[in-house]
Amino acid sequence: MTIPAPDHKRYFIEKLGLSERLMERCLGEALSAGGDYADLYFESVTSTSLGIDESLVKSASQGISVGCGIRVVSGERTGYAYTDDLSSDRLLRAARTAALIASGPAKELMSGFRHTDTPSLYPVAGATSDAEIAAKLALIERADKAARAFDSRITQVRAGFNDELRRILVAASDGTFASDTQPLARLNVFVIAKDGTNTARGTSGGGGRVTMDFFEGDKSPEHYAREAARTAILQLGAIEAPAGEMPVVLGPGWPGVLLHEAVGHGLEADFNRKKTSAFAGLIGQQVASPKVTVVDNGLMPGRRGSINMDDEGNPTQETVLIENGILKGFLSDKLNSRLMGMPNTGSGRRESYHHIPMPRMTNTYMLNGEDMPEDIIKSVKRGLYAVNFGGGQVDITNGKFVFSASEAYLIEDGRVTRPVKGATLIGNGPEALKYVSMVGNDLALDEGIGTCGKAGQSVPVGVGMPTVKLDRMTVGGTGQ
Amino acid sequence: MSQLASQVSSDLKQLASDVLSKALKAGATDAEAVVYEGDEFSALVRLGQVETLKESGSRAVGLRVFIGQRTASTSSSDFSSESIERLVEGAITLAKITSEDPFAGLPEPQEFGKIEEDQHLYFDDVNEMPPAERIEIARRTEAAAMAYDARIQNSGGGDFDTSTSHKILMNSRGFTGEYRRSYCGFSAAPIAHDEKGNMQRNYWFSNSRTVEKLENPEEIGHEAARRTLRRLGARQVKTQKAPVVFSPEIARSIIGNIFDAANGDSIYRNASFFSGMLGEQVAGENITVIDDGTIIHDGIGGFGTRPFDGEGLPTRRTVLVERGVLKNYVSNTYTARKLNMKSTGNASRGLAGNPGIGAGNFFLEAGSLTPEQIIGDVKNGLYVTETMGFGVNLVTGDYSQGASGLWIENGELAYPVEEITIAGNLKDMYKNIVAIGNDLVFRGASAAPTIHIEGMTIAGA
Repeated sequence: MTIPAPDHKRYFIEKLGLSERLMERCLGEALSAGGDYADLYFESVTSTSLGIDESLVKSASQGISVGCGIRVVSGERTGYAYTDDLSSDRLLRAARTAALIASGPAKELMSGFRHTDTPSLYPVAGATSDAEIAAKLALIERADKAARAFDSRITQVRAGFNDELRRILVAASDGTFASDTQPLARLNVFVIAKDGTNTARGTSGGGGRVTMDFFEGDKSPEHYAREAARTAILQLGAIEAPAGEMPVVLGPGWPGVLLHEAVGHGLEADFNRKKTSAFAGLIGQQVASPKVTVVDNGLMPGRRGSINMDDEGNPTQETVLIENGILKGFLSDKLNSRLMGMPNTGSGRRESYHHIPMPRMTNTYMLNGEDMPEDIIKSVKRGLYAVNFGGGQVDITNGKFVFSASEAYLIEDGRVTRPVKGATLIGNGPEALKYVSMVGNDLALDEGIGTCGKAGQSVPVGVGMPTVKLDRMTVGGTGQ
Repeated sequence: MSQLASQVSSDLKQLASDVLSKALKAGATDAEAVVYEGDEFSALVRLGQVETLKESGSRAVGLRVFIGQRTASTSSSDFSSESIERLVEGAITLAKITSEDPFAGLPEPQEFGKIEEDQHLYFDDVNEMPPAERIEIARRTEAAAMAYDARIQNSGGGDFDTSTSHKILMNSRGFTGEYRRSYCGFSAAPIAHDEKGNMQRNYWFSNSRTVEKLENPEEIGHEAARRTLRRLGARQVKTQKAPVVFSPEIARSIIGNIFDAANGDSIYRNASFFSGMLGEQVAGENITVIDDGTIIHDGIGGFGTRPFDGEGLPTRRTVLVERGVLKNYVSNTYTARKLNMKSTGNASRGLAGNPGIGAGNFFLEAGSLTPEQIIGDVKNGLYVTETMGFGVNLVTGDYSQGASGLWIENGELAYPVEEITIAGNLKDMYKNIVAIGNDLVFRGASAAPTIHIEGMTIAGA
């Protein structure tokens, strides 16, 4: 079935009163002092946030942000200016400011824009932003009830529903003229459990670029509420996490944050062009066990990290980063692919019109292997089984990365035994995946809560992985 | 203040006042408007060439309304009258669907106020400095770092940033306040290689509210180089329990967790290991921790200084921990009511959403030892210069972070270490601070001197 591509650009032309002629004038102004390339990035975001706390709807807010970022690239140099006023004189003034980066004769503009269609990986009509507030409130009220009903030791429950509709249009001097409408929704639950003097927290959540129906299936508010409550109750009985180097088994799904930190950031093209990444110069080399294949895939329908096009107007794609342990490629954008003579992988993303785009991940995951998850656990005499994580972080240059487990258990004699407290795991990106000795056949993506930060810019991403065994990794607990 | 600036100020005040009267007319029983306007400039120079130049201004308006004890908020970057109508309508519509909360509401009128003396938060020279001079400082800082040692052949660049902002807060209970703030800063991030080709990166910076107080670019570049070079050749150490000395940059975040643990919002939920601990000994007797939103350092307002908080209450000095005893929780109006206390004037206000709780200038009082003396007293231990990760649990106090730094042998910094973790529990860590340095320097809104903590677990090879 073919669904006609929605006409995303109409919003900018009809509602915001922009014209292609004005865009051409701005690009002309942007290249008036020379430069190789210029682009205009128009963005309009409406967002809603609802919160229930102590069973009261205590917070409700809405925000609107509209603006345009104008970029001029000259060699390796980038000039950037933005405006939240879309009148022609403000746009032209921003274009002149961005133009200051270049110094040379004015560049002739290309003749006319090349209109491109974008795929439809997610709903536009019927996205959560169109739903009644009452329907969203019902979700968080249900989450509150379900978490409280889970166990009498649950003493505090907070649940929130956040969604946004982001419309973007990119017009560039290379003829790019592309637009998209990107819905995004997320339901979060946070609970506190108390048993005598012992207190613990639990969190859960999920979503994506979805309609309200998403939250009516197995990803219901009750599902997230029970997950948060279960984790908190479990933590009440957790013992000290062990300290030191040991085998680590990572469960499927969100533990894929390992890949995001250990290899993903290090493979972004900007760091490799500048040779500031620990992975610089390692293309074609063995950086992981032959069992490891890692891809970045922006084309998964409805996923939080998916995009019909990147923020430079290029189609997104599936990019193989590591194939059977061999480093295959980088994630790149227009600037870096041109300077490095490499293909553009459509990875140019930005937080908002205030920001310059740069290479970023979308949904990053490891492909299935052949091992049964239970065989993986059985193979470990003494180690850690970590199934859920908070955030992670990496130092691109020396390759050291951490990720912090929020739900983990001891493995003793091939069996998962006692739950342990949260602990940070640390490793070295170009080395850690060489210790992968078993890869499960149970690939799962995360629930849809990931936000990645780089150089002060946040973008939504996804991660995933099957059950994986690393023969050694350093676990940062305090126990034996 | 120039004539143009006062013109802008009166326009923005008019806007805030219009938004408030529209909200009251539409059915709000109380309302609060915030108008924000800011300019930013940043230049990045890499390997001597300008890599990015960014310059822009932005503005936004936020509205919080109450209908009785129901509340909601909206924000917009669009100041057109159509958008302002939508802002007001949206807030009223949303407020109607929220719950009655007996603790919700603006502060009582007698609580409003602001520090009237000049807090020296805004300096024109930040805007007046020509872009070419800003770029030149970024270039000099990077060049100094790269010239410092032959092992430095690459760089993340040198940068120079400035920003200025203007904020107006106005509410229907008669409060109107405004302030401007300026910021400028520069840094360098050199990259060094060792003979095996392994790379390390670090950075150093200088910042102030005025260009006049910025440090010398060459000195900052050299310090960035030293901090990078001392990481070269780092290795893991064995898993062990050992004394840990935290550099001021890291001590600051460990002490910062005291503010988060004393946050009234977490206290009333029992979501903090400080819940129910008021008046109790939570740290060693050598520990005094203060939040002060009014500090002026040597004629320049602190980075956490402002005349009033996000709800229009005057900022003040609050002692959180005095000689190890927890003396105060920090709160805004809502959490103070929940705790049956008075707000400590720590409301932080974004454009939309309910006010949060934020620190002013937050610090651990200095001790008398030099950092060299503290390190000199450690026979075998870790000096931490960097931590990584999100392994701090404020509900339980459990602490587990990635770390790197230098190993201390017989009181001397002996060799760099990395790929290790440090773990403990903040409840114990605050009681086991056995030495406090005299090196308290504010490079941001919060600060702490060098500290030495006993009893932590280091995990490595």
